[in-house]
Amino acid sequence: MDLGALFGSFDNFASFTVGGLVFGAIYALIALGYTMVYGVLQLINFAHSEVFMFGTFAVAWIFVLLHGTSDVSWSLGKALPILLVAFVAAMIVSALVALLLERVAYRPLIQKNAPKLIALISAIGASFALSEAMGLRDRFAGWFGLDHKLSNYVSPGAARDVYSNPVSIQPHKLFEIGGYAVSDVDIVIIVAALLMMFALDQFVRRTRFGRGIRAVAQDPESASLMGVNSTRVVQVTFLIGGLMAGAAATLYMMKIGSTRQNAGFILGVKAFTAAVMGGIGNLRGALLGGLLLGIMENWGAAVFGSEWRDVVAFVLLVLILLVRPSGLLGEALGKARA
Amino acid sequence: MLLEVEGLCVNYGHIEAIRDISFGVEEGTITTLIGANGAGKTTTLKTISGLRPVRAGRIVFDGTDITHLPPYERVKMGLSQSPEGRGCFPGMTVRENLDMGAFVRKDTRTPAYQQDLDRVFDLFPRLSERVNQMAGTMSGGEQQMLAMGRALMARPKVVLLDEPSMGLAPKLIAQIFAIIDEIRAQGTTVLLVEQNAAQALKRSDSAHILETGRIIRSGPGRDLAGDASVKAAYLGGDV
Repeated sequence: MDLGALFGSFDNFASFTVGGLVFGAIYALIALGYTMVYGVLQLINFAHSEVFMFGTFAVAWIFVLLHGTSDVSWSLGKALPILLVAFVAAMIVSALVALLLERVAYRPLIQKNAPKLIALISAIGASFALSEAMGLRDRFAGWFGLDHKLSNYVSPGAARDVYSNPVSIQPHKLFEIGGYAVSDVDIVIIVAALLMMFALDQFVRRTRFGRGIRAVAQDPESASLMGVNSTRVVQVTFLIGGLMAGAAATLYMMKIGSTRQNAGFILGVKAFTAAVMGGIGNLRGALLGGLLLGIMENWGAAVFGSEWRDVVAFVLLVLILLVRPSGLLGEALGKARA
Repeated sequence: MLLEVEGLCVNYGHIEAIRDISFGVEEGTITTLIGANGAGKTTTLKTISGLRPVRAGRIVFDGTDITHLPPYERVKMGLSQSPEGRGCFPGMTVRENLDMGAFVRKDTRTPAYQQDLDRVFDLFPRLSERVNQMAGTMSGGEQQMLAMGRALMARPKVVLLDEPSMGLAPKLIAQIFAIIDEIRAQGTTVLLVEQNAAQALKRSDSAHILETGRIIRSGPGRDLAGDASVKAAYLGGDV
């Protein structure tokens, strides 16, 4: 094999790196939800992908609500007011879905001390139920005779198809790195994701409640003896995961502009991969894993062709876990101090 | 009575861990539970703290029935515990562990809180040297001190100490017991579970011997320590 020719296609290193960072930041935000819940409950919340997916719909719905259905292309500045409303709405919707999951799919099992495997099955079931429920939203509306009134939102007859945001955001070039036009959208995504993660890291490290979360992660029984309400801690953990997923959903819709009822699946798997790669249970691991996965799969796509993107991502996961089974930064929400 | 346990029964699945246990803890005293491994001492403490569900009987603390209160409510009422195996938070510093001990307190920015920290550092000078060290990297003896200091940071009315001398060197054990005396002298009631029966009985105002989940004997600590059959069974012959 002629390596020179292979890497010849890899002439735009910087462009693939920045592109990868943008997706990596979104992966990292979703990964936080997996990693927080794992840190506190040692349980993989497989339905977290659906928490994200509901957020993407919330974004599109807000645009339909506040703008209407005429397809337009706006600059980031023009879309910003609606985008901010959508950001808040997506966070609320995702957080509510996450809290509902905790209440319905997990808490009854945890209270009965069910094996983790049972909770995992419950999670997979909840994931399918949520995803399919979104795909049947026209029927739900139909029960109340609202399917025509709400047709812009529930897409009667096409509820399972791609659902596009009527406003596509036109990226505006800010500067160039190695031939890649870095846009305002890219910068906003990366900066917003990093800010959210920084805020969460500080919350967990510095506040009283954050200390309670770390205490439950490190030794749940001792935490109870200190007066920590572990049910409340679990609830807040799901809430935080939901808020982060809602933020990720907004950033995703800025970049991609459309969603569907199964949009969470691949993103969820990638984010879960990022969490495991960085060391599940470790907040900073989720950030590192997310950014790294985004960059590496983009490089992989550049070298081998874009159809190889996911192959590269998952081969990378296997390789990293072979060398460091507990992930790059190691396990445990508590032990790494965040 | 500050703490009263009446007819307490606790099961693990179908196995009876403790059966019909009754005893009281008078304010300002040291009360000790001794017994062999598996006699139900730790289960009794965990149940008093609310970590195990009660099958029958009741627990009254400070005049309130707490039998079915969640653990955090009991901590708020002034019941704190240093668990068996210490249960320090390994990824937190000594200071953070002590702050965890005061999790239910709202006065963490007041001089009163600082006084309580100073009090713990007086009892355990070793901890003040290590405020910023991760608990997980400390020796067993240091972790024991941290667990006890942490339990005191809640300003409890009664502190439950589960095997504070377990796995420690003899010199450290003597130190731990001296500190238990000091905790009582400062006005905190102590409920102690110990394997080290000789040391524990000597300083207990009242003591109870557990065997396979039941209390088989009760009395002032010194009386039990002087009893021939107790000596033979729990104190390894002579004291």
